[in-house]
Amino acid sequence: MAKEKGYKELAIGGLILEAGNAAAYKTGGWRTYRPLVDKDTCTNCLQCWLFCPDVCIDVEGGKMVGYDYDHCKGCGICATICPVKAIKMVLETEGSVDADRKGCFHSKKKG
Amino acid sequence: MAINLKELSKKPIPISPGHRACAGCGSIITIKLVLMAAEDPIVCACATGCMEVVTTIYPYTAWRVPFMHNAFENAAATMSGIESAYRSLKKQGRIGKNIKFIAFGGDGGTYDIGLQSLSGAMERGHDMLYVCYDNEAYMNTGIQRSGSTPMCAATSTSPVGKAAQGKKQYPKDLTRIMAAHRIPYIAQASPHRWLDLMTKVQKALRIEGPKFINALSSCHRGWRVPMSNSLEVCRMAVETCYWPLFEIENGVWKLNYRPKTKVPIIEWFKTQKRFQHLLKPENAPAVAEIQADVDRRWSELLQLCGEKIAP
Amino acid sequence: MQRIAALTGNEAAAEAMRQIEPDVVAAYPITPQTELMQKFAQFVADGIVKTEVVLVESEHSAMSACVGACAAGARVMTATSSQGLALMWEIVYIAASTRLPIVMTVVNRALSAPINIHCDHSDSMGCRDSGWIQLYSENPQEVYDNVVQAVRIAEHPDVLLPVMPTLDGFIISHTLERVETLADDAVKKFIGEWRPAYPLLDVDHPITFGALDLQDYYFEHKKQQAEAMTRAKEVILAIGKEYGKLTGRGYGFFDEYRTDDAEYIILCLGSAAGTVKSVVDELRNRGRKVGVLKLRVFRPFPDGELARAIGHARAIAVLDRAEGFNAVGGPLAPEVKSALYKKSDADVCNYVYGLGGRDLSPVMIRSVFDDLAEGRADARQAIHLGVRE
Repeated sequence: MAKEKGYKELAIGGLILEAGNAAAYKTGGWRTYRPLVDKDTCTNCLQCWLFCPDVCIDVEGGKMVGYDYDHCKGCGICATICPVKAIKMVLETEGSVDADRKGCFHSKKKG
Repeated sequence: MAINLKELSKKPIPISPGHRACAGCGSIITIKLVLMAAEDPIVCACATGCMEVVTTIYPYTAWRVPFMHNAFENAAATMSGIESAYRSLKKQGRIGKNIKFIAFGGDGGTYDIGLQSLSGAMERGHDMLYVCYDNEAYMNTGIQRSGSTPMCAATSTSPVGKAAQGKKQYPKDLTRIMAAHRIPYIAQASPHRWLDLMTKVQKALRIEGPKFINALSSCHRGWRVPMSNSLEVCRMAVETCYWPLFEIENGVWKLNYRPKTKVPIIEWFKTQKRFQHLLKPENAPAVAEIQADVDRRWSELLQLCGEKIAP
Repeated sequence: MQRIAALTGNEAAAEAMRQIEPDVVAAYPITPQTELMQKFAQFVADGIVKTEVVLVESEHSAMSACVGACAAGARVMTATSSQGLALMWEIVYIAASTRLPIVMTVVNRALSAPINIHCDHSDSMGCRDSGWIQLYSENPQEVYDNVVQAVRIAEHPDVLLPVMPTLDGFIISHTLERVETLADDAVKKFIGEWRPAYPLLDVDHPITFGALDLQDYYFEHKKQQAEAMTRAKEVILAIGKEYGKLTGRGYGFFDEYRTDDAEYIILCLGSAAGTVKSVVDELRNRGRKVGVLKLRVFRPFPDGELARAIGHARAIAVLDRAEGFNAVGGPLAPEVKSALYKKSDADVCNYVYGLGGRDLSPVMIRSVFDDLAEGRADARQAIHLGVRE
């Protein structure tokens, strides 16, 4: 974390001038379980993106492309609400099978 | 107007990651859905409480829209001032944009300590949407009972003991208190039915004047459910008709969702450890009494909404 | 070009507000402030001010709405008294620490219980540590002048603190006196425009107001606030001087009356000064070396300046129109004593007077000067002036 500013450097009145700068604060360390998504099952319905309380499911061009693990707290809501059960929760310590760094894997590729 | 998720996903989400809400927090889901539904530029205010605390720990803010917290009991009064400033500056040509105003409060800040300020703001007709994220107790300070806590729910100030089986009173019906203010739009919602909630927000923001939405928002710490079940437990509240989804537009009541079969209230109780004492045989009469209350209130609502009562 | 009118203190404040024409006023009626807001409401009803008035359901909401409106970017004013100020207390602190330059006229009235509608300073003295600048007024003319200057002081970039001009309930608020007022455009020119650096309504530059500020930053924000109060001293003097050029009525921290060679001095706030001055004149005619210092600016407290002004006296009586319930006396005396500490040999004693609107008579004031001259005054504990045993 950056060095804390002195009173002469801070905006007055406790104002925060940088909107959304909380993104610089990483909450991923809270996680016990890590979500992984099977992109062969996923239908890109975006329910996980919609409901994720931590705004850490990445969507590109209307497709779910994986997790922002810097912020994912591992609550498992995405896995619970996924209508096609494409998401599983694994212990953070167990490793990520064949998933990529954004948590995507393909169950059908290797059979 | 339908909400298309693929289209919506192209827009930035007005709240950033990195906020400090508990993993699986139901209230932040409500806030996020409300903000995502808003189309015009918005300015938000929030009462002291979980959502204010977790989103704005200095020097960080999760708000990507203008945001103000003042105190616990005055989100509506604060927003009255903000909205009045807007009207004044707009009238003078010092602001050109159309801005919409959304105030948030938890049940503590809305049902209890902030009720007067909310009532005053609604009566004065300020153009704002007030959203209560109702998690049925003072969660921020450690799960104390509120005016919204259900009958018999165990909280840290209404615990279960030899002489008491949780909270001894029924909650007040805030949505109907707001209906008595005769404001143009009032609704009850739940985040698990996202389209219903977001449509209500969009509808409310298109209406000029004071609007109120009461959104059930689970707290898995306080309700004592697994954090992955935050939405499921809200779904059960709606399926049991404990938390019906309806809206009142210019005095006309409309039911937005009718469960195919009305699930007994005991099924909702079973999902949460705050009600676990109610599963004991000796508490069956209390459960029956609460069920009778849910039934009576549900049929009252059906009548108000012009729905068939049976079966 | 000044206009001369007969105005009560409340009317003088309302007239200043009309000329200032704030963007938003949020207020709730309370005796004896009611007349002030009614008068202003009439200006709004007549369409002669552009102000949006928020007629809230309580003083708590009045100050809450003022905080919201000022953060939004509006110039904001309100007024209250007594219980009303007590009810808004929580938000009074928030207004100051959020650095919002709100101007609130306080028509001083005793605090309950027992309930009483008449003057004392227990209301504004109670929030003396809330971070607001406080300007006390002796008469309707000073009410007008202080309200106009308050806007400039509050909004000064070196200050950005709320300002509370006060006037004694009924004694000044309801007394008709000769008041010179400026032309409308002269007031507008004097106060200028309010353009905050970070208005909440700037949706293109979203900012967060009111964040949770913990061990790592809260103290820094309090330091900023303390520094602003220190800087306010210079700003108040400069604005008082500039106002003097404009009107012929310059203002400083206090008003000295026949104190230069005085051996015995009374120090007081507000309307009491007028009565004390007349007693000073009378005693001077009899050859007694007496004087009065009327403190205008109580926050920030002009301690060094005060010591220089009255440190030469043999004895000083501080008149407090509020009881501190500290087993010593009122709130003003300890501050004067600390200002004089190691700078003066004067005996400083304390009189509490006028609670709940009790009159301060010339007889009482003569008795205070007699006490000082004859060494009867107790320097340790306040004397309650005019209370029956």
